[in-house]
Amino acid sequence: MNGPCEKESLPESNRHGARLIALAAVGFLALNYPLLSLFSKIRLLFGIPVLYIYIFAVWYLFIICVALILAKPLVRAPMPPPRKTEKPE
Amino acid sequence: MLQQWAILAVSACYLGILFGIAYYGDKRADAGRSIISNPYIYTLSIAVYCTAWTFYGSVGRAAVTGAGFLPIYLGPTLMAALWWLVLRKIIRIAKVHRLTSIADFIASRYAKDPMIGVIVTIIAVVGILPYISLQLKAVSTSYNVLHSFECPSVSHFAGGSIWKDTALYVALLMAVFSILFGTRHIDASERHEGMVAAIAFESVVKLAAFLVAGMFISYTLFAGPTELITDAAKSPRLASLMRLEALEGGYASWFTLIFLSMMAILFLPRQFHVLVVENVNEDHVRKASWLFPLYLLAINLFVLPISLAGLMLFPDGSVDPDTFVLTVPLCANLEPVALLVFLGGLSASTGMVIVATIALSTMVCNDLVMPVLLRIRTFQRRDLRSALLAIRRGSILGILLLSYAYFRLIGESYTLVSIGLVSFAAAAQFAPVVLIGIYWRGASRRGAIAGLLAGFGMWCYTLLVPSLVISGWIPPSVLEPGPFGLEFLGPYHLFGLDMFDHITHSVFWSMLANIGCLVGVSLFDRQSTMERLQAAQFVDVFRHGRIDTGLWRGTVTVAELRDLVARFVGPDHADRTFSAYAERHDIVVPAGAQADAGLVAFAEKTLAGAIGAASARVMIASVVKGEEITIDSVLKILDETSQVIEYSHRLEEKSRELEETTAELRAANERLKQLDRLKDEFVSTVTHELRTPLTSVRSFSEILRDNPTLPGEERRKFLDIIVQESERLTRLINQVLDLAKIESGSVEWSRECVDINAVITEAARSIGRLFQEKSVSLEEILSPQPVLVTADRDRMIQVIINLLSNAVKFCEPETGRVVIRSAARNGRARVEVEDNGPGIPADEQERIFDKFHQLKGPRDEKPRGSGLGLTISHRIIIHHGGDIRVESTPGAGAKFIIELPLAGTGTASQQPAASGREDQLAGGST
Repeated sequence: MNGPCEKESLPESNRHGARLIALAAVGFLALNYPLLSLFSKIRLLFGIPVLYIYIFAVWYLFIICVALILAKPLVRAPMPPPRKTEKPE
Repeated sequence: MLQQWAILAVSACYLGILFGIAYYGDKRADAGRSIISNPYIYTLSIAVYCTAWTFYGSVGRAAVTGAGFLPIYLGPTLMAALWWLVLRKIIRIAKVHRLTSIADFIASRYAKDPMIGVIVTIIAVVGILPYISLQLKAVSTSYNVLHSFECPSVSHFAGGSIWKDTALYVALLMAVFSILFGTRHIDASERHEGMVAAIAFESVVKLAAFLVAGMFISYTLFAGPTELITDAAKSPRLASLMRLEALEGGYASWFTLIFLSMMAILFLPRQFHVLVVENVNEDHVRKASWLFPLYLLAINLFVLPISLAGLMLFPDGSVDPDTFVLTVPLCANLEPVALLVFLGGLSASTGMVIVATIALSTMVCNDLVMPVLLRIRTFQRRDLRSALLAIRRGSILGILLLSYAYFRLIGESYTLVSIGLVSFAAAAQFAPVVLIGIYWRGASRRGAIAGLLAGFGMWCYTLLVPSLVISGWIPPSVLEPGPFGLEFLGPYHLFGLDMFDHITHSVFWSMLANIGCLVGVSLFDRQSTMERLQAAQFVDVFRHGRIDTGLWRGTVTVAELRDLVARFVGPDHADRTFSAYAERHDIVVPAGAQADAGLVAFAEKTLAGAIGAASARVMIASVVKGEEITIDSVLKILDETSQVIEYSHRLEEKSRELEETTAELRAANERLKQLDRLKDEFVSTVTHELRTPLTSVRSFSEILRDNPTLPGEERRKFLDIIVQESERLTRLINQVLDLAKIESGSVEWSRECVDINAVITEAARSIGRLFQEKSVSLEEILSPQPVLVTADRDRMIQVIINLLSNAVKFCEPETGRVVIRSAARNGRARVEVEDNGPGIPADEQERIFDKFHQLKGPRDEKPRGSGLGLTISHRIIIHHGGDIRVESTPGAGAKFIIELPLAGTGTASQQPAASGREDQLAGGST
């Protein structure tokens, strides 16, 4: 996430696009066979089945990542003015 | 157990609140202060995804398949990450083209073909019917459970007579509800702010209700969620739900469910409606992309605990797991919680039914009924607003009654989730035509039709037909072994494919057929211009904002256009949009004026908002007299125009050339005419000049011939005259030849360095006798230094002799005096020949160098001289780059001035010497 700060090198949507596609691919893999089968066990962790812990953890992390990627650029870059609504062409 | 009246009263209150919110939302929208224009309301409105299926069905599914309820929410989570790319593009396209439903969207992508609109609408209606029937079933069941459930007694709610069936009344109530919400008026943009606000409120209610139910069940009946699960894990049957193997179909099914829900979140008509049509600002997608998954996560937290609790409370399977959310609190005597749960379920169902029926009714109206209606003549000229509303209301009622019929058909034989999945599989049929359509220009109209029909056909055969079989409407032999006993045609194991569960099996075949036909046909298809244009506009929507496709060639007045729009959206609204258009473009549109292409396109877009793109096109075509311009014809016109322009350009060039040539010709002609005139004059003058001496030669010769006795003295005198005249004749002829030679440029000029002083001296010497004869004095005032010019020496002598003889000719004998001076001044040699003769009148001075211009003598005597001397001198001096002119005051003599460039002009040594001689010259001239 904290990679080199490509300020204006790529349009925002492109930069976001690549990250979001990669993230979706990772999420899709993590939530499918065979990775999912590793947690398909009858075992409780903190009183919760490991399968559910795994799925909900991946789910929650996924949401956090999407939120971070799509957060307004002013969170990380000092550059743009506060109310910049980007309409990429 | 709750009293019926209490349940009904609470429900009525709840629905009243919903109306209040919707009313407030609409009022605020009319006032221009939208309450839904923020990403949070947007997110909550997307949560219409969570229906009774989620609310009741998830728990039921978890009780049977363990984690099998989760993919339905994981898919949308994954898809939400791609919203920023995909959804934003779809929203932009829909905004640019004013598309108001998924049928409109797909039809518009494929050349605005009404046929595609019809197909999509039919798929949507048929596909969504099970889903709506699911809601009816859930509401009626939950109502029955709430007022008649006796823990732990076993009860069955299957309805007997149709009139005692709660579901029918639920369906009718919902129809009224949707009609009131969604079709109070026709809006050009098809946006319902009040409805969105109400839906968002419902999303809050259902989430809150579910979380409250989960907490109460976990903490009241058990020590907490983890303790509950730990308890359940002790039972091997329940523990098995904690593995994925509990899911029928295993990982393949899991994968299919994720895929289906990924498509459903975008392409279910109601999702498309809230995501795209009701979207206020594209940027809201940014927050919704993670807020909506968060909502899904939250609403799923307590599914497993509730489900396990239900399984532990009702271990004998006597209670339908789909009702656990209600029956567990009821069993624990948590009746207020149960009531809250009922409200949550009600909000989940009503939200879905309202949005789905509104979206479907828009499609049925715009894409199914309108195209037919507009073809009927009588409808073409009427105010169709009321008709539009009636059609939409009718279709809402129709859809709900059909859903009820479906509910009655398949009865209790399906769980909530399996009913819903059938609809998901139908909605997924839109995914290829949309997703491939917005990224691949090559997707063609015929490909889309083939893909949609093939996919829908497969879906019908592998999911719809079996559901009818199970309900007993079609003989079971179709299912097992297969139709006509052909095993390989069995709907659940088509072509022998029997390794998947029914949904996966159906999704595989329908997607294969759908994508295969779409891509295959497109690859071998030839797209029309309209198709290519629409494809380009969809695929490149971010690249070139918008091009107006609706170019119309033809005429229509502004008033006609406005009337047309008014028939669908109402006169007030039409007036407002038209004046807004005029204001925005800063133009005045008088009613009687011809509408320009921009206004026609604008009217089409406005109409498209109300009745769909395809119908709008038909309507505009009905008023615009003339044909629609296809891109081909635009290109052709452009081509023709450029050819004409080029042609006229060439013509202009030609005519300019012609003009130039003409001018040149005219000038040449003028010159020729002048030359001709000069030649005539010259010839007549020459002949005149020649005749005079000839006449005297002849007459004296005749005298001599006729009078042989003439005395010698006389004879001699006459012969002298003859000789003189002959000489004059010779001289004249020589001069004429000379002049002719100079003028024709055939004279050989020698160029040498000549001293003007020497030239003057020589000329004076050769003409000295003439001066002596006439007793005219000649004074030479020459520059002390040599005045050097580059010239033809003989010609220069000729000029000086000419001038001197000219001067002596006009001088009176005895008193005559001629002065010749030479000097060098300002880099030019100067020669002056001055006499004290009668002078030359001012009007003659200009013409004195013309050919044969002869000055009359002082007493009008016979002109002296040939009239060519000065002309020849003038030509010679001009040829040497010099200048000759005359200055004269009549009565006080004349002064001829010659100026010639000095040889080696510009050398510094000659300049001071020249200025020195100037004074001398001035001093010498008197």
